[in-house]
Amino acid sequence: MAKLPVQFRLNGSDRATFVDPASNLLDTLRRGLGDFGPKYGCGQGTCGVCTVLVDGEPQLACLTLAASCEGRQIETTSGMADGPELHPLQAAFMDHFAAQCGFCTPGMLTAARALLAKNPHPSRDEVVEAISGNICRCTGYEPIIAAILAAADAPGARRA
Amino acid sequence: MLDLRTCASLSEAAGIVSGDRQALLIGGGTLVMREVNEGRLTEGTLVRVTDPAFRQISAGGARVELGAGVTMAMVLANRELACLHAPARGIGGPAVRTMATIGGNLFAAAPYGDFTVALLALDAQVVLQSGYGSGRAVSLEDFLSARERGGQGLVTAVQFARPQNPPELHFRKISRVKPKGISVLSIAAYLPLSGGRVTQARVAYGAMAPTPIRARGVERALDGKPLDQAAIQAAKQAALEGCRPATDAIASEWYRREILPVHLGRLLAGEPR
Repeated sequence: MAKLPVQFRLNGSDRATFVDPASNLLDTLRRGLGDFGPKYGCGQGTCGVCTVLVDGEPQLACLTLAASCEGRQIETTSGMADGPELHPLQAAFMDHFAAQCGFCTPGMLTAARALLAKNPHPSRDEVVEAISGNICRCTGYEPIIAAILAAADAPGARRA
Repeated sequence: MLDLRTCASLSEAAGIVSGDRQALLIGGGTLVMREVNEGRLTEGTLVRVTDPAFRQISAGGARVELGAGVTMAMVLANRELACLHAPARGIGGPAVRTMATIGGNLFAAAPYGDFTVALLALDAQVVLQSGYGSGRAVSLEDFLSARERGGQGLVTAVQFARPQNPPELHFRKISRVKPKGISVLSIAAYLPLSGGRVTQARVAYGAMAPTPIRARGVERALDGKPLDQAAIQAAKQAALEGCRPATDAIASEWYRREILPVHLGRLLAGEPR
């Protein structure tokens, strides 16, 4: 089957590649474009580790048809830091020990980023809701929730 | 190998789906891409629709029409669809809701498909398009009973009469994991009251049969009655009529049968879970 050309903007840079017709965005990012920020977890839409932003909205890259991303803006955790300066969410995750094995962290960061972009001062319940599609088997979620709430209050946290 | 066809019109997509048994519409991808990722779908043609009508919401009038490609996030963003916010919020996390479509939910196997349960309680109709002809409306109940046979055409939209009093539509999803877990079961009940009595009750269950089903026994028990203890007790006794729940990783058949009357009773009494 012929491959399809697809072009999109990835973390602010124009990228073009060829994909199999039924390729998902996660494979395209990781194998095709070398962006290993989003992780492959369940492949079923259950764990949330592959969460990316598509035109600012959280989506699961494992269930997103790569060909449907033509002309769209894709953002991953790889583009969150500003050079050596961590994004406020990344800094808060470090400060609050919100990562243990770290496998869920990219998805958690992206889900939190989507929340703070729309709701800069969320309640605890709103944070819980925002990360409800992201599974973490290590932290018990409390440090993650604390980190997101702290980032929401941090100076510069609105840099979604 | 899988091929991909992108269609700018619904009629083009309907033509492909009708003419090729191996053609499959891909909406948000939450069902189809899962099959692809797990290697269960390897042959055929994926059909993608870019027609704006596919994602159109017409919710201003007495009759609501939602394009099959409308997502749960789009429902939640629309104030006129407030009566459907609870079932839409019950679908996955935010990333799933950005992707999952109303049309896709109609095809979700038990114990998924909670949004369809609410549509069933609203007595919704499904608009089907076969070939290049115009769409025809069939009742959601008939659509679901024929779902496994396939070949009904392309689902282009869902229609229902707007509830005159939206709070009269009640929805509960029972799951073990909070705030988001897969359904043990779900219940939707549209209970319009007239003179203090229920008129034309419509009650539907999810995960209590291979597809969402209407609870006819409960509806009969409630019709024309005030929502008092006697009516609720009668509804609980009729709760399991027509149910064929499965045993799966989420719950056993026995457990589903045990808890359905309890949660139905609490819903009807307006009690918290």
